[in-house]
Amino acid sequence: MLDLDMTVVWDNLPYMLGGAIITIQVSAIAVTAGLVIGSLFGLARISAYWVIRVLASVYVEFIRGTPLLVQIMFIYFGLASIGITIESRLLAGALALSINSGAYVAEIVRAGIQSIDKGQMEAARSLGLSYLQAMRHVILPQAYRRIIPPLVNEFIMLIKDSSLLSAIGTAELMKRAQHIRARTFADFEILISIAVIYFIITFTLSKAADYLERRTRIRD
Amino acid sequence: MIKAVNVHKKFGNLHVLKGVSAQIKKGEVIAIIGSSGSGKSTFLRCLNLLEIPDQGNIFIDGMDIVSRSTNLNTIRKDVGMVFQQFNLFPHMSALQNVMLAPVNVKKMNSVSVKNFALELIAKVGLSDKANAYPRQLSGGQQQRVAIARALAMQPKVILFDEPTSALDPEMINEVLTVIQKLAQEGMTMVIVTHEMGFAREVANRVLFFDDGVILEEGTPASIFDNPSQVRTREFLSKIL
Repeated sequence: MLDLDMTVVWDNLPYMLGGAIITIQVSAIAVTAGLVIGSLFGLARISAYWVIRVLASVYVEFIRGTPLLVQIMFIYFGLASIGITIESRLLAGALALSINSGAYVAEIVRAGIQSIDKGQMEAARSLGLSYLQAMRHVILPQAYRRIIPPLVNEFIMLIKDSSLLSAIGTAELMKRAQHIRARTFADFEILISIAVIYFIITFTLSKAADYLERRTRIRD
Repeated sequence: MIKAVNVHKKFGNLHVLKGVSAQIKKGEVIAIIGSSGSGKSTFLRCLNLLEIPDQGNIFIDGMDIVSRSTNLNTIRKDVGMVFQQFNLFPHMSALQNVMLAPVNVKKMNSVSVKNFALELIAKVGLSDKANAYPRQLSGGQQQRVAIARALAMQPKVILFDEPTSALDPEMINEVLTVIQKLAQEGMTMVIVTHEMGFAREVANRVLFFDDGVILEEGTPASIFDNPSQVRTREFLSKIL
């Protein structure tokens, strides 16, 4: 017999929403940093210099090939055990997510750049633009437009993966749900509630991205 | 003004240029003809180092551009290029396409660049399309914008790589007319083309490429009416 106690949900809603805000904060930091890291390493992956290419590949392959949970715990507990302590669990979590996301974004950016017709680079270079100027003004603006869908996919994954930060005690949505469950034993109601909250966050992002994609497409 | 000496280029085992030497004087219009795979486009692309020659030298105004010490970007801003596929930047309007290089390479003030760019767009007959994006333009219009974009850097020479080969027949003339106008103004140009009528009319000199070398060169009249080489005659009989 299903006997739901919705008062548990209402009573703890402010606490959960506070966690949702931390989830959004940590994700926003990681998305931004991941985009910067990913763009740099994406460019590095196609660099003319083999040393840079190899270093970038090592980063991408290693991060993609190890579990995010291990990376998170390494940043917070592992580094602390050799004396590098990151006081804020939110910051430690954001750092781990940024490094992780950067590797995936690097691959997306690389693929995006390589999908642009090589005549574009030739035309830009033949006008006297340097490689970096050509990247900045000609190649990247086109590549970013083209990679909006995979990037959004990556960012949605990142928001969901931020629930793993509960393992180091970042007071985000998942961690707070655990607190409430331990206190109330209302596993069903609470887990359903945070699932809905996660969904609202990711669905909003997805719709916002659709809008962005439509708007940029009209222009080119 | 441009002097190529014994230029060789290989792609893997394929020996595309087998010792090409040529000289181009200021104000000259050179047409390069020859069958596909004869090396004519590769040679053109060597002149602004989109392809790096494996051997030989290319001098522009006495400066050896193949030498490693030469700054590529300095050379390229003096050598414009117009491509078969136009290669306009699709995320920029016609005006922005034309303005990009003067603003970023020459670091010119964007107000004066804008006026100059609008003049160039008017010159290629597209004043009403200055704010259009490439996808809103026909092939002929795109190629004319591409010519304006090359002119915006005030190059010493413009290289045309089969500028009309990707165009529908009814659009070829609008592009050729623009090139002809530039010829009359004394612009130095090197044009790889399959338009023999145009080559005859506009070029001062014709280079016939065959199997990686310049087999024959001369005035349009001598090449088209009285070719000395058998291969040249064969080629012309096939396409004229």
